[in-house]
Amino acid sequence: MGSSLERLTQPLTGQRVHIPHLPDYSVLRHCVRCARCLPVCPTYQETLREVQSPRGRLALLKAVAEGMLPPTPAVEEHLYHCLDCRMCNTVCPAHVPIGECILAGRAALAHQHGLAWWRRLVFRHVLISAERLGPALWPLRLYQRSGLARLVRPMLRALPGPLARLRRMEALLPPLPSHPLHATLPTVTPAQGIRRYRVGFFLGCMMSQLFAAESRATVDVLSAAGCEVITPPGQVCCGSPQDDQGDRVQLRRLARANIALFEHLGTLDAIVTDCAACSHTLKEYATLLEDEPAFATRAAAFSALVRDVYEWYDAILPPTLDYDSTPPLRVTIHDACHLANAQGICAPQRRLLGRIRGIEVVEMEAPSACCGSAGIYNITHPDMADRRLARKLDDILSTSAAVVVTNGPGCLLQLRAAVRERQLPFQVWHISQLLARCQHTHADGIPVPGRCGRAAAEEVRL
Amino acid sequence: MIDARIIAELKATLGAERVLDTLVDRVAYAYDATWGEALPDVVVLPLSTAEVSATLRIAHRERIPVVPRGAASGLSGGAIPINGGICLCLARMNRILEINPDELIAVVQPGVVNMDLQKATARYGLFFPPDPASWDMSTLGGNVAENAGGPRCLKYGVTKDYVLGLEVVLADGSVMRTGGRTIKNVTGYDLTALFVGSEGTLGVVTEIVLKLLPKPAARRTVLAIFDRIGDACAAVNRVITSGVLPLTTELMDGDCIRAVQSQRDHGLPADADAVLLIDVEGWPEALEREVALVRAACEAAGAREVRCARDEAEAEELWAARRAISPALAALGDKLGEDIAVPRSRIPEMVERIRAIGRRYDLRTPVFGHIGDGNLHPYLICDRRDAEMMARVRQAAEEIFLAAIELGGTLSGEHGIGLAKRDYVGRALDPLARAHMLRLKRLFDPHNILNPGKIFAEMDG
Repeated sequence: MGSSLERLTQPLTGQRVHIPHLPDYSVLRHCVRCARCLPVCPTYQETLREVQSPRGRLALLKAVAEGMLPPTPAVEEHLYHCLDCRMCNTVCPAHVPIGECILAGRAALAHQHGLAWWRRLVFRHVLISAERLGPALWPLRLYQRSGLARLVRPMLRALPGPLARLRRMEALLPPLPSHPLHATLPTVTPAQGIRRYRVGFFLGCMMSQLFAAESRATVDVLSAAGCEVITPPGQVCCGSPQDDQGDRVQLRRLARANIALFEHLGTLDAIVTDCAACSHTLKEYATLLEDEPAFATRAAAFSALVRDVYEWYDAILPPTLDYDSTPPLRVTIHDACHLANAQGICAPQRRLLGRIRGIEVVEMEAPSACCGSAGIYNITHPDMADRRLARKLDDILSTSAAVVVTNGPGCLLQLRAAVRERQLPFQVWHISQLLARCQHTHADGIPVPGRCGRAAAEEVRL
Repeated sequence: MIDARIIAELKATLGAERVLDTLVDRVAYAYDATWGEALPDVVVLPLSTAEVSATLRIAHRERIPVVPRGAASGLSGGAIPINGGICLCLARMNRILEINPDELIAVVQPGVVNMDLQKATARYGLFFPPDPASWDMSTLGGNVAENAGGPRCLKYGVTKDYVLGLEVVLADGSVMRTGGRTIKNVTGYDLTALFVGSEGTLGVVTEIVLKLLPKPAARRTVLAIFDRIGDACAAVNRVITSGVLPLTTELMDGDCIRAVQSQRDHGLPADADAVLLIDVEGWPEALEREVALVRAACEAAGAREVRCARDEAEAEELWAARRAISPALAALGDKLGEDIAVPRSRIPEMVERIRAIGRRYDLRTPVFGHIGDGNLHPYLICDRRDAEMMARVRQAAEEIFLAAIELGGTLSGEHGIGLAKRDYVGRALDPLARAHMLRLKRLFDPHNILNPGKIFAEMDG
């Protein structure tokens, strides 16, 4: 083998195995294994097992590409231990897009072994639009309304083994709104007063079906701030769940459909969404479709218009907002992973809340640490999700905040379920719920009545 | 390959979930922060001294190599299992057993991360001075094994200066205690010092008694820009002789400056030859005076410009350039980070030699370092896909090592010898000293199972 220095400076093995979707070897090799990602990775911190760290996951992918490790289902299983919280991306000194590599790895292994039957069912047929999600939820709505829930819940508690997952899913489910928002929201919601902006509203599947009141509040706040809000019918899922679960084929289909749909709306100032996972995925369309000549330019134009609701609020809302409360309402911010870690949006929400008089913002420890919801992770990996949740709840509780604000539907589900189950002394609000309760004063001095529309009338669902 | 019977025995001893033998798991324990890779046969995750001892008893009996591992953030290949065997990962032995503010000591397990100890001691107004650049992920066991340094060693010394006592599991599984809990302790030979920096070749550290210090009240930062790197080195001497012992004296050379500036404007002139970042700490009143002395010393040494941070935010801004070095160099290509130390007066000469070596082998060689303590980190920028270039990189690295030795310095300031530099140890040590080191190795580890092949090439295989 020669000198020891030679052993450490061998030319790279290079890629020997080629599987579609496998992250580019030239990217994988840039991990210098410095270990910077270990202290921020939730799964590594919980397990202290290298294969559950970002560095370990990249090592698996590199070993697969080099032909050293066969692409077995065991590799795939390990890649799914990742929460996809992207915390590692924020600290990597070599700027390796670690989270993206792991998702690409899932897609590569799905290509190798085929997509699991349940993933195929859910991500190709059910969770593809708010509309298609509807029929799946009607029985549950009936279950909640009929009083059956009260009857069944104690029985679920007694379920053994793998069936306990059912209890978990049941407990996560919030009281469903009587109608999903896409069924009741008009295509055009006019601006109140002068029209200052014309925005497309991307209504996420989860927001429409599970958090209709919250998204209604978003539309009301936007309209009160002078936005004409256009919500085109026929939207499909942004593709975030497909991206997360290794289904790149479906992800591309959805992206193309959404781009084409919003192109019909004419000139827009922005495409706004009040779901952090949607805003992240919609912004990624540009890179996703850059290899499709028919869509590359269109995708780039689409992504360039996308604004997370925090960014848009920060840009357009007046410099001061009033929340009527004495003493001030104690609020803490939980940053969704897709917002803070994946998009690097940390300042807008803080500037925004800083403008509201009548609230006091108390930062929690590690506000962008994952709450354990992570898409469907809390169902597929309940133990790890619970450990993350416990840490998050501790961090929230030590702020003594009365309200946690966020804009991730997964976070809303996860945190509200915890509040319900453990009767915790705080509420979890979507940011729009807080803003809908504020009195807005425009820069031109004309006060806009707060407590607008249905949002304020409808009680916060806990 | 280890016999299946032995893996079964390990599983029976530690529990199956803490003995990992699948290829997927082993792949993730094949590396450290160098470019080397070698698969262990099995990974063991002990939780206690007793489990470490049980593992070593089995390994000793069966003559199986054991490579201790913390966070594997090392830069000398120390944690790579080049002979296979057992990867003994101590990351889960991560309890802080005691922090005693009256005695100014902490007792920790080896898997405690340096940063976590810093956080815990800060609550008592105390701190642990060694702060390697990897402080937020490296473990104290690893810090002890490598005798880790960091930027503030000029003022505070290195890890060995803070280790008062150890619990060590020896190769045969027996458990030995060295040192104690006092600063002064001259009872018998200093075995504690022997184990600090032994890179896992003499025993496995399972408990560490560390000395702590009271945390200074305030810190100030000065940045000085020089047209000649020699002037920057002279400035450090002037600062010290003016009666100020700085916390850090970080040097960046022109290549680093330009790399950093190409990423973001930190306000550093691209034609400067060197930048010096000097921190002082103590009471705010005293710092006013110290900052003035540092400024005067730098100006007298010929600094083109001196900037003093007025508050923490400004200090952060000045340090941002220093912290940007590593990512900025990563953008230039692959980089082999080196680590040598020379007597302080020879630093300008060493930098010149590095530059000449870079020219000779047609390689970019940006240099930074903690020059107050003589420690330089030259980087060799390269492309790992290019075999011809990698051969030049090896030759250049070798010449840098030899130049450091020639100037009265040493092969490694703080990264350790490990695998990377073991072939040069013979040229750096007195032959008799080296012979006695090998006798010590054989005394403590007669079957050569503890991290075989590290530090000394003849212990390989």
